[in-house]
Amino acid sequence: MNKMILSGLILIIFLFSIALFAPFITKYDYKEQNINLRLQPPSKEHLFGTDELGRDVYTRMVYGARISMSVGIIAVLISTILGVLIGAISGYFGGILDNIIMRIVDIVLTIPVLFLILMLIVYLGPSIFNIMVIIGLTSWTDIARIIRAEILSLKKQPFVEAAKLMGLKKRTIIFKYLILNTLGPVIVYMTFGVSGAILVESGLSFLGLGVQPPYPSWGNILMSGKDYIHSAWWLITFPGIAIFLAVFSFNLLGEGIRDYLNPKLRNER
Amino acid sequence: MKRYILKRLFLLIPILFGITIITFFIIHLTPGGFTTVNMQMDIRTSPDSIARLKSLYGLDKPIHIRYLDWLKRFIFFDFGNSFLDGRQVIKKVLERLPATLLLNISALVLEFLFGIIIGVTCAVKRNSIYDTGMTFFTFLGYSIPAFWLALILMMIFGVKLNLLPISGIKSVNFDFLSSSEKVMDILKHMILPVFISAFSGLAYISRYVKNNMVETLNQQYIKAAYAKGLSENTIYYKSALKNSILPIITLLGLSLPGLIGGSFIFETIFAWPGMGRLAYEAAINFDYPVIMGVVTMSAFLTLLGNLLADISYAFIDPRIRYK
Repeated sequence: MNKMILSGLILIIFLFSIALFAPFITKYDYKEQNINLRLQPPSKEHLFGTDELGRDVYTRMVYGARISMSVGIIAVLISTILGVLIGAISGYFGGILDNIIMRIVDIVLTIPVLFLILMLIVYLGPSIFNIMVIIGLTSWTDIARIIRAEILSLKKQPFVEAAKLMGLKKRTIIFKYLILNTLGPVIVYMTFGVSGAILVESGLSFLGLGVQPPYPSWGNILMSGKDYIHSAWWLITFPGIAIFLAVFSFNLLGEGIRDYLNPKLRNER
Repeated sequence: MKRYILKRLFLLIPILFGITIITFFIIHLTPGGFTTVNMQMDIRTSPDSIARLKSLYGLDKPIHIRYLDWLKRFIFFDFGNSFLDGRQVIKKVLERLPATLLLNISALVLEFLFGIIIGVTCAVKRNSIYDTGMTFFTFLGYSIPAFWLALILMMIFGVKLNLLPISGIKSVNFDFLSSSEKVMDILKHMILPVFISAFSGLAYISRYVKNNMVETLNQQYIKAAYAKGLSENTIYYKSALKNSILPIITLLGLSLPGLIGGSFIFETIFAWPGMGRLAYEAAINFDYPVIMGVVTMSAFLTLLGNLLADISYAFIDPRIRYK
């Protein structure tokens, strides 16, 4: 275990427990408005101040952690399952199927992903569910390529030949012998994927195209903060730090695992 | 070489086709779309006038016919007119292109320049404090949400210190400035967006260069160079550097897709009059012809850029040419 993995994990567990225990670490409700207390600076009563509707920013951020983290994780689960399956099928069977799949990947890679997501959100309507699914459905290409390349080199290995000679089913070979052996890069992809998805979600919510009020997300708190850039610094500062922390911790974990799995670097140390 | 280029050019056509098909079908997912959004809000609109509007924009035809219509015009580079203001799509895109290219190319140049410098120096002094510090610094840039950094810097430099302009590409009094002041004015508007977008991409390049350089430094011919008695500086900056930054060309090709249409969040924050914002405005207003125009043109530019990267790579590295 290296330091990066450890500190990444600690931060992630910290963020998760905030998300999990949200109702216990704040006494307010994230929907509770109090127009007398609008745009209050941070104080003992309101740790991170209040927003333009008098809602407690700390509470909204704590509940926002639930939404942002679950969007990140579910989106990545969708894209990983899709990408691994498509990549494995493409790499194992090869031939025309492989050619068709790789051309589709080329096409999707040429359209800027963020713009593709924007279009889908606009035309399907923004909601938490749609965002998870859309991010998941548009970001499987990278992992599909990685898995395909891994499988291409794995399937020439003697143990796969042996499995074939033993008469094992194709499904068994693909899932048990091939995909299981690509677990390393898949885990690295997933950790970076979560931070990417959190960034995309918060960016979209920031533009008003993501998580819709009254549900809080770090991005949509920033959106309301944008209009008070002259007066309410706390509305912009704290949610941004939260997004940064989440992204940073997953990147740290991913980077750590990548280094750990890289034999070249291991020998150097 | 000629055959290689021709083959690659030929392969572009089906990809471009695929892109237009996917985009066309996505934007027509919502039934009604443009007319629904713009007319249904008003209860006085009769079904009759909605139907008339639909036929005016050709939205009453089945989707595959509409696509074929679009394709027919596309072959003659006619992208139609915008639904919003009736202007030609091609004109709208071309007037936005310079601002986007100015911003993104400056950022890209900075990013690659500093990325290479940081990567190489980190590889030379690897595992030193400098290396750790720089790695952490670039990692910060990679993890900080760019749109948030933009807000914070706008708050500090624009609002609190009043040093830099925070939105747009030129000041209100731009037309009254002398030409040197005009250049300065645009440069001032560029500082924040260019800095932020270069900062966020720095880690990507510096890590890539560093890894390559470390790998190169472990090669036999570097040991041979040492044995020959060459000075360390000659080895680092002459023999190793050349071989480790070549693969960067591929990276340059890969960073193109985001360059043109993907920067809409960024351009929206800075009110930068570029293609990203045009695409964003078109998407939320269901302005189909403009969306198709932006996507097709940016995809075309991206494919062309990728091709150029591959060709120059093949030019430099003979192993690829003969594959």
